[in-house]
Amino acid sequence: MTPNFNIYAPLLIASLLLFSWSCYRRFSLVAVGKPEDRFQEPGRRLLDVLLYAFGQKRVIARQFGLNHAIIFWAFVILLIANGEFLLAGLFPEVSLAVLPESLHHLLLLAFDAVSLLALAAVALAAIRRLFFAPDYMATSYASPRSLEAFLILGSIALLMLAYFGLHGALIAMGKGPAAAYMPVSALAAKILAAVPAENLQPLTSFFWWLHAIVLLLFMNYLPHSKHMHILTAIPNCFFASLEKPNTASREEFARGETFGAGSVDQLAWKDLLDGFSCTECGRCQSACPAVATGKPLNPRQVVHDIKINLLKGRLDQEKFQAGQPLIGDGEGSVSEDAIWSCTTCGACMAACPVFIEQMPKIVKMRRHLVQMKARFPEELLNLFENMEGRSNPWGIAPTDRTKWYSTLEVKPFAANESEYLLYVGCAGSFDSRQKHVTVALATILNASGVSWGILGKEELCCGDSLRRLGNEFVFDRMAKQNVKLFKDKGITKIITQCPHCFTTLKNDYRQYGLELEVTHHSEFIDSLLTSGKLKLNHQVTELGRIAIHDSCYLGRHNDVYEPPRQVIRAITGSAPVELERNHQNSFCCGAGGGRMWMEEHQGSRINLNRIEEALATKPDTLCVSCPYCLTMFTDGLKDLQSDQTQVKDIAEVVAEGLRPAAVSI
Amino acid sequence: MLTVVCIKQVPDTTQVQIDPVTNTLVREGIPFIANPYDTHALEEALRMKDKFGMRVVAISMGPPNAEATLRKALAVGVDEAILLSDRAFGGADTLATSNVLSAAIKKLHEIEEVGLVLCGKQTIDGDTAQVGPGIATRNRYSQLTLVDRVESVDLLHKKIRVRRKLEGRHEVVEAPLPAMLTVVRELNRPRYPTVPLRLESEELEVKVWNNEVLKLDVNSIGLKGSPTWVSRIFSPQREKGEIVGDGLSDPKGTSRLLLEKLLSKDLLPV
Repeated sequence: MTPNFNIYAPLLIASLLLFSWSCYRRFSLVAVGKPEDRFQEPGRRLLDVLLYAFGQKRVIARQFGLNHAIIFWAFVILLIANGEFLLAGLFPEVSLAVLPESLHHLLLLAFDAVSLLALAAVALAAIRRLFFAPDYMATSYASPRSLEAFLILGSIALLMLAYFGLHGALIAMGKGPAAAYMPVSALAAKILAAVPAENLQPLTSFFWWLHAIVLLLFMNYLPHSKHMHILTAIPNCFFASLEKPNTASREEFARGETFGAGSVDQLAWKDLLDGFSCTECGRCQSACPAVATGKPLNPRQVVHDIKINLLKGRLDQEKFQAGQPLIGDGEGSVSEDAIWSCTTCGACMAACPVFIEQMPKIVKMRRHLVQMKARFPEELLNLFENMEGRSNPWGIAPTDRTKWYSTLEVKPFAANESEYLLYVGCAGSFDSRQKHVTVALATILNASGVSWGILGKEELCCGDSLRRLGNEFVFDRMAKQNVKLFKDKGITKIITQCPHCFTTLKNDYRQYGLELEVTHHSEFIDSLLTSGKLKLNHQVTELGRIAIHDSCYLGRHNDVYEPPRQVIRAITGSAPVELERNHQNSFCCGAGGGRMWMEEHQGSRINLNRIEEALATKPDTLCVSCPYCLTMFTDGLKDLQSDQTQVKDIAEVVAEGLRPAAVSI
Repeated sequence: MLTVVCIKQVPDTTQVQIDPVTNTLVREGIPFIANPYDTHALEEALRMKDKFGMRVVAISMGPPNAEATLRKALAVGVDEAILLSDRAFGGADTLATSNVLSAAIKKLHEIEEVGLVLCGKQTIDGDTAQVGPGIATRNRYSQLTLVDRVESVDLLHKKIRVRRKLEGRHEVVEAPLPAMLTVVRELNRPRYPTVPLRLESEELEVKVWNNEVLKLDVNSIGLKGSPTWVSRIFSPQREKGEIVGDGLSDPKGTSRLLLEKLLSKDLLPV
């Protein structure tokens, strides 16, 4: 069937021009973002695209993900059919029939099959949206039953139906030489056999035009809808950050510069592309501890608001004019309360199928508030001053850093004598509860014959909280001080007992040219047990049923999941009890991202949410590997007045097995 | 019109210990900070600048290392910082200190009219609360101590109205400018420096005025100009403490018990 050239050609050209213009406008808005190199390691990026975009790895990891994968693959395969369709309308000689016959038949079979599968998947998606949509699909700006969603699903369904109608009618007219390879179209032909023969030609025209018009309208609807992701999601996977998710980019502190993001054009271009890649699936929302406890933050809303803000802006001779403030209230702006609610746990980023980076945007806005406006929750003033003045969050005298080892013999680090530096960290040095962990760890190191030392009074805070809170200026100074200290002392191997120190020394300081071998104590103890250097006096049974909690900065941010589990298996003879949300789905204790130092005024408490989940497994001991988790869960248990369960660090659990020996803790 | 804020660099008292043998402060390794009350005076001066456009000058008398504290004042936006530093100023008591500070303020006044002098209510190392009033007296300024709120400033009629925080009551007073205010912590919340201001301040200079600039009689300054001196510093012996009740099992009852004990010993202001 060939349409009237004089009608179709202008229509097609106008549609393509309009589509190109819409895309151009959006991509030129993306280009107002700050430059950032996202092309390093192209090979690795391409592999990620294969795995996550074409392989849909993260998509199918969740309910109904397979449904999406089917629609995605149908789309990819039908691009060929639709390309042929649009061109053949202008030039009837363009046809896939020029291909080798077997390949042509295979394609026709594939088109029929994926169209049918897509039709079924779309129907299922519509039913899901109508009757059993999960809570996380809804948010203030989107509902599972939105007109937009049904326009998209309806368009896809209409395209499939028009395809079958067109080919069914053609086969019914005897114009389908390859009908044998088009079983669904052939079925449609059987249904259409009832249509009087003289009506088949007009019916073919009808289906052809229906297909053409829906296709062109849908194409032009794309850039204006969340369905834009079919253009941006694949590039978004390609340009995904290869850094650890919590490692924000450094800032150059020169006069006349601005710091952080107070307007959309101060975000990086990838931050803006993210907005057009979001399909509003709500998975980040469902993973976010702030959302789960009724805080004003929703990671998906942040991405949406940035996109709206960008769209409300104007480009005047390549200069971007913002339409409204980025930080503020209302749609298109992110509220300060939302910005300060983030625990930087990274659950949103781990959940996103297309690698949208919600958390770094929040940190960039924090940087703006702290550094340009000096505006932050008042509790943080003390923290910032303590960190800058005394290099610890509590403002305790630095001379007190060595008080934890009053009963132990501990050597200062010396490059020619000690192999490892035990970086005790602020919590390990000053927090009365965490000091027990430090002692337990020191006991384990001594029992294993490890050569180690500490910096003692010379140790400085790593600056983790400052960096997550957006006080990059002071973090930058502290990082430089530490890097110099480590280099001067000849330190190359570090053991930490805090995932926050761990990630900061290991990942963040790499930006300062420092490559260290940093090991978290759970990994280190695991290696001591495996190598046989650490021998316990007895199997640990006195702690009863041990449940394990994955700390965000150890697990999600650094992929250390197995070592603490192996340690527990090795010392107790059985695997730890898993909480419902574990490994990469683990739920934050509520203290990351500097939240440790802020009041939790809004919503319910994050630590209680997690503790209740832990208590559901009826553990005697909840094993953690992070001082923040230890504090938050100890507090949570007190709040719930639960005395059945105790919280212990992995080092304390292990040290239990050393108890009857000469050293006791 | 000029606002002058007086800031003292003090040892961080949370870390200060007294040498039991020499009865002096053990200063080794102890960091210095800006006297906390002075940071509130500084904040109020900056608010005057924000509101009325008054220029703010921070002054401090101290050894050369006190420059660090003045640098922090520059980082939050004071227009000028002057360190009053001379060996001849050393060993000063409150009287000799007031002499130096008053002279410096008078010298500033020669260039631009001084409208307000702001000080902390006292320093955390000396705790005398005498230097602010000393300046007011010597320069014949209105003396408004213990200010916890600035109600209004009328630059046209050169008047200021403040609220003073006294024991168990407040007092609202009005006085002509120039005025010297000593301030309490409730007055405001000191600001945190923005990075652009910090970076700009790094290029600013802290001026140093010695006695060649102030030309004060050497008998009125430093140790020679100080009629008082510290004969001994000691930590009072702490009476033996006791643990009252059991806060974990009976927090309410324990609180009651504690209150009764404190009230019976007249340790709580009522």
